[in-house]
Amino acid sequence: MANQDQQQPLVEIRNLSFSHGSRKIFDGVDIDIHAGGVTAIMGPSGTGKTTLLRLIGGQLRPQTGTILVDGEDVTRIRRGRLYQLRKRMGMLFQNGALLTDMSVFDNVAYPLREHTRLPESMVRDLVLMKLEAVGLRGARDLLPSQLSGGMARRVALARAIALDPMMILYDEPFTGQDPISMGVLVRLIRLLNDSIGLTSIVVSHDIAETAAIADYIYLLSGGKVVAQGTSAELERSDSAWAQQFLQGLADGPVPFHYPARDYAEDLLTPSSVAAAARG
Amino acid sequence: MDWLQALGRRGLGVFERLGRASVLLFNIIGGLHTLVPRPALVTYQVFSVGVLSLVIIVVSGLFVGMVLGLQGYNTLVDFGAEESLGVVVALSLVRELGPVVTALLFAGRAGSALTAEIGLMKATEQLSAMEMMAVDPVRRVLAPRFLAGFVSMPLLAAIFSAVGVTGGYFVGVGLLGVDEGAYWSQMQDRVDLYDDIMNGVVKSLVFGAVATWIAVFEGYDAVPTSEGVSRATTRTVVQTALAVLALDFILTALMFGEY
Ligand SMILES: Nc1ncnc2c1ncn2[C@@H]1O[C@H](COP(=O)(O)OP(=O)(O)O)[C@@H](O)[C@H]1O
Ligand SMILES: [Mg+2]
Repeated sequence: MANQDQQQPLVEIRNLSFSHGSRKIFDGVDIDIHAGGVTAIMGPSGTGKTTLLRLIGGQLRPQTGTILVDGEDVTRIRRGRLYQLRKRMGMLFQNGALLTDMSVFDNVAYPLREHTRLPESMVRDLVLMKLEAVGLRGARDLLPSQLSGGMARRVALARAIALDPMMILYDEPFTGQDPISMGVLVRLIRLLNDSIGLTSIVVSHDIAETAAIADYIYLLSGGKVVAQGTSAELERSDSAWAQQFLQGLADGPVPFHYPARDYAEDLLTPSSVAAAARG
Repeated sequence: MDWLQALGRRGLGVFERLGRASVLLFNIIGGLHTLVPRPALVTYQVFSVGVLSLVIIVVSGLFVGMVLGLQGYNTLVDFGAEESLGVVVALSLVRELGPVVTALLFAGRAGSALTAEIGLMKATEQLSAMEMMAVDPVRRVLAPRFLAGFVSMPLLAAIFSAVGVTGGYFVGVGLLGVDEGAYWSQMQDRVDLYDDIMNGVVKSLVFGAVATWIAVFEGYDAVPTSEGVSRATTRTVVQTALAVLALDFILTALMFGEY
């Protein structure tokens, strides 16, 4: 995207800090999401990628920083405005999060029935269009429990685009998918983004798939943005973070080991002494 | 001093939960008006909370009534007052056992199911998904369940009492030979619409509100894991039982205290 710098980003995160209790998840993060593109946010498990999506969706409030979504600061917004804003955002949860007591059709119809007064015949047409877009028009009468993981995610995607949002947030869309449904999802995300003019944020740690569709990538680690750029730029970059992550090296700036005391000392200390020492 | 600290921490924890539960109750009640255009949400819950509890209520009511018939007869016959069996059975049921036992059974049958359902919806991110679809789960998921419990409890208690009176009749009149006319007429004479029946209804309205409040709060507040949901379910049953028994004492003292 050549004109990235000229236009106002759709989502503008500035100086974001967030802690779960005493555990610091983000520490001064700046991220721009440009309209019309696919932006990937990558990082090892547990860096706070899901947390970031919840912050953008206004489900969590940060300790400091601002998150502007289409010009509105979701960290300070009133509840009514936030709900208005959420109607224009779709979120694809890691496991789909379909409502288990209703059929595929009713799941996709749910946002339409909640937020519009369309006649049922029009709801039906819209739902079938959305299901057709994800290739599951034939599955409309199934219950969520009868779907495979990949199908559930595609139904959730159809639900997320039911109200024609401006933006979709994908939480690890590729995790746990077989190669075929992975390929389907990759193409679907790109296709939806380009055909209906969406803006997409894809959170993931699947490098190949994400790099293939992302226009711009942020690498998160230890609560900070450690590298950013297009996938070509990141490959060429000499950032140790980028290299470790892109090549899947076990050790590097992201340590293989969870913080612990010295290995030899740990082995040599009898457990009762260790417990006493810890207590 | 450690135990004092621990006690203090526990106490604070209890008050903190109570505070959160109160805020939730406030939000639920504030959201009840949004159910007016969606009566189907409530009727569906009345079915799953109320109608599906019917079998256990009817069977328990029958047995409790029959036991009351036996015990009441054995006591009354010593005073030659077995004609009053109908009054004893009916008053015990309408004033006490109807509301209380129904509430305890309700906690086990419906309350635990409510908590587990809501807790699992939370654990599988369904509640989060609703929030992100700009749908408030407190209004869409909790409020209809709360209202359904509140409405169902007095009806279930009434059915429990009615079946219990019939059970007492089977044992007293059918088995032990109490005069049938006396059983019913004494009951009619001595059970008062306001003092007895209305007070029983008030009790079960209070129990219905408290039992469903606890159930939906525990589900909504559950730690979103399988262990968290299972703990929350247990807490619902235990806390409802304790709350109902304690409230029953307080309400009884207020209603019948002047005797
Ligand atoms: N409710 C919570 N309370 C405390 N810590 C949490 C909570 N939710 C998540 N965390 C912690 O925050 C970190 C980031 O979580 P998450 O955003 O889910 O990571 P990711 O999606 O990148 O794998 C994790 O280490 C997790 O343990
Ligand atoms: Mg995650």
